Amino acid sequence: MLTFLARRIAIVVPTLVFVSMLIFSLQQLLPGDPAVVLAGEDRDPAVVAYLRGKLHLDEPLAVRYALWVKGVLQGDLGESQRMQKPVLGLILEKLPVTLELAALAMAIALCIGIPAGVLSAVRRGTAWDYAASMVALWGLSTPNFWLGILMILLFSVTLGWLPASGYVSPFEPARATLAGWGRPACVVGTAIAAVLMRHTRSAMLQVLSSDYVRTARAKGLAEPRVVLLHALRNALIPIVTLGALELGTLLSGAVLTEQVFTIPGFGKLIVDAVFNRDYAVVQGVVLFTATAYIALNLLADVAYVLIDPRIRVS
Amino acid sequence: MAGSAPAPAAPASAREPLLRRLLTRRAAAFGLAVVVLFGVVALAAPLLAPADPLATSFGAIRKAPSAAHWMGTDEIGRDVFARVLFGARASLLAGIVSVLISLSIGVPVGLLAGYAGGLTDQLISRLTDALLACPFLILAIALAAFLGPSLTNAMIAIGISATPIFIRLTRGQALSIKAEDYILAARAVGNPGWRVALRHVLPNAAPALIVQSTLAIAAAIIAEASLSFLGLGQQPPAPSWGSMLNTAKNYVGNAPWMAVWPGLSIFLLVLSFNLVGDGLRDALDPRRTPGA
Repeated sequence: MLTFLARRIAIVVPTLVFVSMLIFSLQQLLPGDPAVVLAGEDRDPAVVAYLRGKLHLDEPLAVRYALWVKGVLQGDLGESQRMQKPVLGLILEKLPVTLELAALAMAIALCIGIPAGVLSAVRRGTAWDYAASMVALWGLSTPNFWLGILMILLFSVTLGWLPASGYVSPFEPARATLAGWGRPACVVGTAIAAVLMRHTRSAMLQVLSSDYVRTARAKGLAEPRVVLLHALRNALIPIVTLGALELGTLLSGAVLTEQVFTIPGFGKLIVDAVFNRDYAVVQGVVLFTATAYIALNLLADVAYVLIDPRIRVS
Repeated sequence: MAGSAPAPAAPASAREPLLRRLLTRRAAAFGLAVVVLFGVVALAAPLLAPADPLATSFGAIRKAPSAAHWMGTDEIGRDVFARVLFGARASLLAGIVSVLISLSIGVPVGLLAGYAGGLTDQLISRLTDALLACPFLILAIALAAFLGPSLTNAMIAIGISATPIFIRLTRGQALSIKAEDYILAARAVGNPGWRVALRHVLPNAAPALIVQSTLAIAAAIIAEASLSFLGLGQQPPAPSWGSMLNTAKNYVGNAPWMAVWPGLSIFLLVLSFNLVGDGLRDALDPRRTPGA
């Protein structure tokens, strides 16, 4: 286990170095002098000079990168030009809102994707299978911001059941929270449900044709017991990794969904930063997301080894 | 028994042209028909559109669908049908150009990593991991933000963001193909490495790349619509389905048609590319049978 962990960390470290280089180099894409661009429309020479010194723009690129990495390692992701606040503080302030959306979306995706995948595999070639596959294809092909708009049209405009948009704190009564979060979570969750459904179906089909499932059936076990206890338990192992990989889909979905439903989360932070040319925030959000993604993948790999004895033995 | 048994013939399905094999799958045939239809619409938009997509009419603001305006009008009286037709251009262009960018970077780099191996492979693989660690849309938003909002920059941003998938796919294909006997034979007769990679490895990796490209076009169309929805793609007043939806979300209550048609167009086009991609994957895999 320790050898495995050491090997994985040996891969993660250079990946993180490349991520940092990539995100640092984003600033080099700015047309012209970054200090002039960051100074805004006024281009006050004093501000430009201040930014030039602060960003070490007179130093060679390698020195600037080293200084930036040093700051990042000390938790300094820069400062928001617009809000005059540390970027890390802004991210940590908005993150709980998006995490709540992501957790609910993942719960919805698991509740739809896994049963649909199991049903599709068990009833392979039947109308159930085709229906589940069609629903998955629909989930993969529907832009989630459009789905959000359609939900507002149905539940707020046509039926008048729910407010069109707005943020509801998780500390509000459960009904209000559900009313506020139900639609955004469904919007983000359906795309992930489609991916989960496809993977569960494929993993179940593989497991259902394996020897130990045949043995379980030969022993006379009831089919639901074979499917749920013997096949699904093993088919779910790769889903652990998939759950970590879907973080990207969750966050991308959250960016758009938070725009549609006016939710003040992580996604809205990056979009507002883009329009206010608050480049330090954009860089900070991308760096934070990529690091979280790499860390989650490492955790998923470790979990995979812990729950699957075959990998431990090999 | 005289004579030797004839060599086993390749399955009939494997010898059929790819297009015919694709068309035997009903879903894929439907997808291909819709993609072709959208292609024709995009090319012939100036001939098909009943009005100028940019022409405003303050006497026809947010009019419901009618004989004069089949899909209604928007918040400044522009014909939604004309804008949807012209919007197909931006979507298809973004989908195809972005994937061409990804292919033109991803295939040579992936081929180099898979074929050269060693330190080159390690370096390229870590760089690919780094790119894959940044969620596709978030990286595209960041790139579009730093490059500046425009359709061209959105295509570049989407293309770069989708590149690691092609690097990884090509690398994987190259690794498995270079272990084949015919590659050993090609090297044994003295072919230089670059020739073996280009003449023997690349053509055999093509089927997987074709399937991935088709599915990537679908993802790129959604990504372009997403960037335009956020204001980072096609800039107003030029028509784009994503930017039309961005405006439409402010008028859902009194002009829902503004949101329905562009969204439906994105859905149909993306669904069709996904169907074609799935169909191609099945058609190129002899183990799969039609309808399986």
